Amino acid sequence: MTTTQETAPAPEREEIITGCDAVAQALRLLDVDVLAGYPIRPYDSVMTAVSKMIANGQMDAEFIVAESEHSQFEIGKHASLVGARAFIGSSGVGWMYGMEALVVTASLRLPVVALVGNRALDDPGAFGVEHNDAMMVRDTGWLLYWVESAQEALDTTLIAYRVAEDKRVMLPCALSMDGAFLTHSQHMVRVPGEDTVGEFVPPYDLGDRRFHPDNPVSIAPQFNEDWVMEARRQADAGMRRARAVITEATADFHRIFGRGPADPFVDTYRMEDAEYALIGMGTVGMVGKVAVDRMRAAGKKVGFVRVKWFRPFPQPELRALLRGVKGVGVVDRDYSFGSNSYGGVLYTEIAAALYPEARRPVLVPFIAGLGGREVSVDNLLQMEETVERATADGVADLTCQWIGVRGPDEDPRDEAATAEGGAR
Amino acid sequence: MAAQELVIPDLEINRRLTILPMQEYYTSGHRTCQGCESALVMRYMAKVAGPRTLVTGTTGCMYVANTSYNSTPWALPWAHTQLGSAGSSAIGTAAALKVLMRKGRIAEEKINVIAFCSDGGGGDMGLATLSAALQDTRYNLLILLYDNESYANTDIQASGMTPWGAVTSFTPSGSEQRITQHRWKKNVPALLMAGHPTGRYFANASSGFGMDLMDKVRTALDVGGPTFVQTHDPCPKGWDFDPRMSHELAILAVECGITVLWDCLEGELRYQGLTKQQVEGKVRRKPVADYLRRQGRFAHFVDEDIDFFQSRIDEMWEDWILPGVLRVNQTPFGRLPVDGSSPVHPWHAGQDGASGNGNGSGAAAAPIAAVGGNRG
Repeated sequence: MTTTQETAPAPEREEIITGCDAVAQALRLLDVDVLAGYPIRPYDSVMTAVSKMIANGQMDAEFIVAESEHSQFEIGKHASLVGARAFIGSSGVGWMYGMEALVVTASLRLPVVALVGNRALDDPGAFGVEHNDAMMVRDTGWLLYWVESAQEALDTTLIAYRVAEDKRVMLPCALSMDGAFLTHSQHMVRVPGEDTVGEFVPPYDLGDRRFHPDNPVSIAPQFNEDWVMEARRQADAGMRRARAVITEATADFHRIFGRGPADPFVDTYRMEDAEYALIGMGTVGMVGKVAVDRMRAAGKKVGFVRVKWFRPFPQPELRALLRGVKGVGVVDRDYSFGSNSYGGVLYTEIAAALYPEARRPVLVPFIAGLGGREVSVDNLLQMEETVERATADGVADLTCQWIGVRGPDEDPRDEAATAEGGAR
Repeated sequence: MAAQELVIPDLEINRRLTILPMQEYYTSGHRTCQGCESALVMRYMAKVAGPRTLVTGTTGCMYVANTSYNSTPWALPWAHTQLGSAGSSAIGTAAALKVLMRKGRIAEEKINVIAFCSDGGGGDMGLATLSAALQDTRYNLLILLYDNESYANTDIQASGMTPWGAVTSFTPSGSEQRITQHRWKKNVPALLMAGHPTGRYFANASSGFGMDLMDKVRTALDVGGPTFVQTHDPCPKGWDFDPRMSHELAILAVECGITVLWDCLEGELRYQGLTKQQVEGKVRRKPVADYLRRQGRFAHFVDEDIDFFQSRIDEMWEDWILPGVLRVNQTPFGRLPVDGSSPVHPWHAGQDGASGNGNGSGAAAAPIAAVGGNRG
């Protein structure tokens, strides 16, 4: 698939709907066969929406109210194994509860699609967004995407099934959506027609792995050291091939729907001549763009990069984009306690992505917006100033800065511990 | 040329099997231990299920010892499912079949869905999923729990269905504590039956009574779903006995009244075979010592342990209203009539029976005629 020629837009209608509702609309258009739900906020309103559509006859699917997330994900996995297009989802600790089932969905190479309504992990309990829940599958073979708007949520759900079900990929895909900020905020969304969606996403075909009496195969036997490494290598190959499949699907999306993202992997804003850049994921992108406009108005050459696909990670794009940029601030809405520079997961990934570069920008890790705390324009302006200062001072190894957090920078107990250590 | 396919003829639901097909759908290719009764259960199950069947199985002996890659005993489509997800695998599989048939993507036909699990996977970790599966009346599915009374594949650790007092890797007998398996075995089929009026068929079976077991599996599949069958399978490695005695030990467990052969079809409870004769007083139960003394896992038992074990077995036969099935020994209306001729349940006989509120209005424990109906 190489054509990117845009034709007349397919018949669409416009609706004001939430991020979760936008995903539900995509599921209806995709004629998803089996959906399993289990209640946890905030992802659950997608299941509320689809169960209503099924009850009203707008959608033909089996909807199962599972008795736990583990069962929910196993139901999705086994339905997918029979050849049904399956959908699951969760948030926060619910996603964690079903982790075993998520892992085997990926290792069985089943193209289930999930919505993760990002939510802080317990304890203490919190409804608000944090990206750590979805991050837990980043090493297991799940394709992972962070959306910014309800429109992107709908479009990416279509792309997710197309990519996941592609024979070259055959991996599950999780769509991450900031809890509350996007799951429950309304946007104007263009909802495509069913015929165009059918053209974009071909029917799901599991081929010779289909679980059916006509195909008496034994699925997922014991491998042990004889074969596990080869199986891992095959999943790795699927993930490597996903990049080309995503590019192809995005181009096809343009052709069929007459719109779509400029770049499949990253969303860039005013990066053309940028000397400084801020990078983040999810809804922080909206705030980031406003902050960039304000800084540009003040004469600063600043741009914003929003990472969309986290798996596969857009290393080539980031290396190209940040070449020539002097200083970069990474805004993590997650934590990875004890990691490099005490930064978040995105920071660590970007640092690794830039390592092969001959000239690397100054990279400053930030953690902000945990547990649903707002990340404001002012927060981003503050981060950019910190990046500029570090760049000017030539400090290339600034440890992670927490933004918008109460309390002293240093815990008094740290000094006590140091003194104690010194005395020994 | 391939042998002619022999398939079980369509039978009326709940009719005793009189002929069996030549074909085996669980064959060579496994590496279960000598004397493994659970492997025999798999063979029985697959034989009566026939070729239009999908089987999922949880992690456990019947996963690890059955399906080493490049070798499988399954002539049926079989898929692994996680230890605690027998019920969810059945729901997911059955739901997908249903919707794909409805949408015309696969041919409309009856396909059996069987999810098997072990005492650990089904009775412990996956119990909630069995509960969920038995609530969902939209789907035809059978959960088969093969009970070999320990986590046998992981080196014999106690499960919630390991008998009281048995030595396992996690419940040794020590110099200070003779008994460390303090839990009395949970009664999973009765637990599921009592709590799931939506379940259409429940059965307790034994690997030692193959025809009865196959009857039950076949009845469950004919009924449709949701259904549940449990089998009691002696395990030479886990129970510490000579493998050639496996089958005899399964039979002995029934003779001693430890394993109770019963089923419940659409709310009608019945006993089978030897158990039925015991319930009707035609055959005396053997002492449990005959069973316990043949197994190394009970070798540390002193007489008082055996007496305790016997007393608990006696209680479930002599004090429970449904002997060996449900631990209810008294109703608000006193005991149920026990003369065996014309039971008149107080519910149906007005308020008269309500006076016997626990003051021994019933006679000595004995089987009641309301249960134990004949098959066929």
